[in-house]
Amino acid sequence: MTEFLQTGLGITVLIAAQSLLVVGFVMISLIFLVYADRKVWAAVQMRRGPNVVGPWGLLQTFADALKFVVKEVVIPAGVDRPVYFLAPLLSFVLAMLAWAVIPFNDGWVLADINVAILFVFAIASLEVYGVIMGGWASNSKYAFLGSLRSAAQMISYEVSLGLIIIGVIISTGSMNFGAIVAAQDTGYGLLGWYWLPHLPMVVLFFISALAETNRPPFDLPEAESELVAGFMVEYGSTPYLLFMAGEYIAIFLMCALISLLFFGGWLSPIPGLPDGFHWMFLKMSFFFFMFAMVKAIVPRYRYDQLMRIGWKVFLPFSLAWVVLIAFLAKFEVLGGFWARWAIGG
Amino acid sequence: MSGTALRKNDTGRINAPDTTKGNPRDMGITDITFYALAITLLSAGFLVTISRNPVHSVLWLILCFLSAAGLFILLGAEFIAMLLIIVYVGAVAVLFLFVVMMLDVDFAALRGEMARYFPIASIIGIVLLMQMALLFGSWQEAENASNLRQAPTPDVAEMHNTKALGMIIYDQYFLLFQVSGLILLVAMIGAIVLTLRHRKNVKRQDVVAQMQRDPAKAMELKDVKSGQGLG
Repeated sequence: MTEFLQTGLGITVLIAAQSLLVVGFVMISLIFLVYADRKVWAAVQMRRGPNVVGPWGLLQTFADALKFVVKEVVIPAGVDRPVYFLAPLLSFVLAMLAWAVIPFNDGWVLADINVAILFVFAIASLEVYGVIMGGWASNSKYAFLGSLRSAAQMISYEVSLGLIIIGVIISTGSMNFGAIVAAQDTGYGLLGWYWLPHLPMVVLFFISALAETNRPPFDLPEAESELVAGFMVEYGSTPYLLFMAGEYIAIFLMCALISLLFFGGWLSPIPGLPDGFHWMFLKMSFFFFMFAMVKAIVPRYRYDQLMRIGWKVFLPFSLAWVVLIAFLAKFEVLGGFWARWAIGG
Repeated sequence: MSGTALRKNDTGRINAPDTTKGNPRDMGITDITFYALAITLLSAGFLVTISRNPVHSVLWLILCFLSAAGLFILLGAEFIAMLLIIVYVGAVAVLFLFVVMMLDVDFAALRGEMARYFPIASIIGIVLLMQMALLFGSWQEAENASNLRQAPTPDVAEMHNTKALGMIIYDQYFLLFQVSGLILLVAMIGAIVLTLRHRKNVKRQDVVAQMQRDPAKAMELKDVKSGQGLG
């Protein structure tokens, strides 16, 4: 068996199996995340939420997905067919692709590359194409307006996300997720994680992540009251399902990113308890709960206010923070609190 | 990516000196990937120019950029590959797409124009091609040019290329980097100065003023008599 895994075919089989494992994990999580999202939303609004299909409505998402798949694919007149079908595929595949570099535990990663953060960031910047292409190819004014809005929004918030990530990279001295988590392992449990030295940026990152993934309160691309459903308005059945799934996968990815960058990934919050995958999963679930709560309790932003926050508040603040962090790290203020590479963290 | 031993192939230079010069030309996975990416790159580039729909052209251009990024990864330059995607695909091409989608281009008229200007355009193209051929034909490298190029580049095995790039840009050529940044800043300020107009008759929102409003100042309660209105 071990000899087989050394051969070219063996390596291919191994990589395929690992990829399937990650895809399976993400898809199964996705199914229950959609359910959890709806349950949290319902609980805040004092409703029951999905409770009919399966015990406590647990199988509701399966039923919904099945319904989407078996529905007829309706192609509106005048659409640009190749681009129209490419757009949802692109959204879904790109959202999935970023998981290749996300570690779930020490060494549990599909591709352990040096520029892992840049890879995730590059994929996130590509995700805007699914939205633009979908909106343009639909040959509809609502879809087109929705996609223009969304593209501007996603590009704007990528800028501040990138600057926030630079702060973390400066503190670690590496762009590898394993190294970033290892740098947070200081022996003080949750006090050693990056949320403390990078405190203001955690909040900014969370809000930018909401805007980047088009979640409420920044779900302007699909603002029902103005644009029906934005760039997705002409889509139905499986293409729509792919858009929807891609969106939730991107949200879950943002939860994983927050956990890895600021909350120690798979590290245990209390010194002495064993680290492991369960901590990572708990943290991701917690941040997804936060995403769901924000959706339930915050009203939607107006578009010009959204752009104002992105460019006039987040961008200058995160830029100033990068400069500040660079100085704090260079001169190893507070015994290398911001410079983990210097103290061998 | 850094640990992967990449073999030197015909078109690409690898900074890391590769000592394994064993069996010369068996199609390894690197070669297959290279040819796949190169063919994709060239055909996508060709399709950019012959697509009838300008939006499709931009989409092919994006495929071009992505294949180029793949070639960079094959060369072991993963940092540049990621930057290519983030900057060109994630930002520049999106702006292209914006502009092209908003323009209402008349394709038929455009093609007519193209036929009219084809002779002169092809002459310009041939002249350019010949100039480039002359240039490359008489290209001679200075004696120590390759040494100069290689000198600041450490081995991939001991330093990954993000760090190597950082050492070159922020350490060795720090001043040049600062100067180029300054030039970009001047260009940016110039663009803003040229396009910014403060028109007097346009109503603008003052966000601070908006946030300082309170109901006491913003509203006034009137006792309206029935049948009279406010007048």
